Amino acid sequence: MLLTKEQALARSTHSVGGPNETFVLNLGPQHPATHGVLRVKLTMDGEFIQRAEPVCGYIHRMHEKMGENRNYTQFLPNTSRLDYLSAMQYTHAWVGVVEKACKIEVPERAEYIRVITSELNRIASHLVGWGAWVMDLGGFTPILYAFDDREKILDLMEHICGARLTFCYYRFGGVANDVDDVFVQGTKDFVPYMRERMKMYKKLVTENIILRKRIEGIGMISQDMCRRYGACGPVLRGSGINYDVRRAEPYSIYKRFDYEIPVYHECDSMARYLVRMDEIEQSLRIIEQAIAAMPEGPFVAPKVPKIVKVPAGDYTYATEAARGRFMIRLVSDGSDTPYRVKLRTPCLANLSLFEESSAGMLLPDALAFMGSLDLVIPDIDR
Amino acid sequence: MKKAFREIFGGAVSLVTGMRITLDQFLKNFRKDHNVPYPHATLPIPERYRGHIIFTNDEAGKSTCIACKACEKACPSDCIFVDGLKKEGEKKKSATQFDLDFTKCSLCGACVEVCPTDALTYSKRYNLASTSKAAYAKIDLIKDLDTRMAKQRPQPQQPQENTPQ
Repeated sequence: MLLTKEQALARSTHSVGGPNETFVLNLGPQHPATHGVLRVKLTMDGEFIQRAEPVCGYIHRMHEKMGENRNYTQFLPNTSRLDYLSAMQYTHAWVGVVEKACKIEVPERAEYIRVITSELNRIASHLVGWGAWVMDLGGFTPILYAFDDREKILDLMEHICGARLTFCYYRFGGVANDVDDVFVQGTKDFVPYMRERMKMYKKLVTENIILRKRIEGIGMISQDMCRRYGACGPVLRGSGINYDVRRAEPYSIYKRFDYEIPVYHECDSMARYLVRMDEIEQSLRIIEQAIAAMPEGPFVAPKVPKIVKVPAGDYTYATEAARGRFMIRLVSDGSDTPYRVKLRTPCLANLSLFEESSAGMLLPDALAFMGSLDLVIPDIDR
Repeated sequence: MKKAFREIFGGAVSLVTGMRITLDQFLKNFRKDHNVPYPHATLPIPERYRGHIIFTNDEAGKSTCIACKACEKACPSDCIFVDGLKKEGEKKKSATQFDLDFTKCSLCGACVEVCPTDALTYSKRYNLASTSKAAYAKIDLIKDLDTRMAKQRPQPQQPQENTPQ
């Protein structure tokens, strides 16, 4: 049962400094619920949050500045290290912007490989976000199941590119290595397996009344607030706005596939949870279609210069990462190093609305709400 | 009052469902052996695993590196140092020094991709831990290749002088 602030104050017999006393509580920078080094300065009125001020910058690594200091190929590994859970989509944005600027044609097969690996990565990312969030809320078992499934995806990825987290798999004009039958067969087997698991997850977690009581109606984000802060990804779609970069500004070959954009209108944490669960199913649909239609052919464009020089100009390219719209703005002066690289990351936008929407919330609810934003801290600070 | 009871009942049902699924999973996986007893057995390392770089060797057991410094230039982290010399009677330069600063390396593989003679490849080493930074601040790839080659070929019988054991 939730108490209003007045009721809680009336019940408390220990308020020393009277009803108007507040205190400052530091959440983080080392706190298990923030999943990284994020510090939130909370001004508390008893159990209620008066003001929550996120303090960013604890793991700022100057990725944008690094982009200005190294050439186009050398920046590739950096893109895997922003949001380490959706490395594929981030690298996709970087190769995408350079290909767009240099007008490099990407072979069909490479595009299909990119879509398949991106969607697998999205599933892996949502599984981690889901498992870790439920663990924050006190249910320990689901994260073990989630990591079990994620392990299968990571094994597939490791088989094709040799890394398990910082993939760095895409190259200008294609991908680093061709996929083989083991990967194709493994992905084909994974799709029905994951569908079975999703049924189990639904029974175990989604329909669990203890979880529903905890997150239904918590962390309301109105559509207006989403628009003001530029929220994106599942946060935006959980507030009833049908926006997905794959649909709104189709990149790569996403136009060819038949899939839906899950949208929920409840605006609460449960809606964001459901969006993520539905997205996993839609990603499975895309993978199934892409694997079936993948053509033979080269996996990298034949004429990519060794030292890429981007013609002078201003280019942008956006991809839908697991947490929302990731956009790179690249300003080039025609040399082999970028003049300016601007990274628009989804987590920073999603975190910035935390201050406004968490005002007046109970502290445990605010943590449940923060989990629903699915923040990755290196992505915020970058 | 009715609502409260309904909630308690709903919670109990959820609890039982959760327990049943957990028990199901437990029984399903009970017989299977999922663990790898790590120091005694290891998982197979995939073919494309990106460990730190090492030299490849030709038939004679020598490196094909021509000290062109392409890898040094391509490296985003400045962790490779190459020096080469053109020996008398040889057509191409060969590396006299090839050091990798593994403390800075991000395992991106730019050096392997850029190499014109395919002299570099990824190792499968992952048991890399040390109590001192110096152990990996300078990995000498030439020495590493020599040790590997020496291990592959059994040494001739006559004792060699001036060889550190």
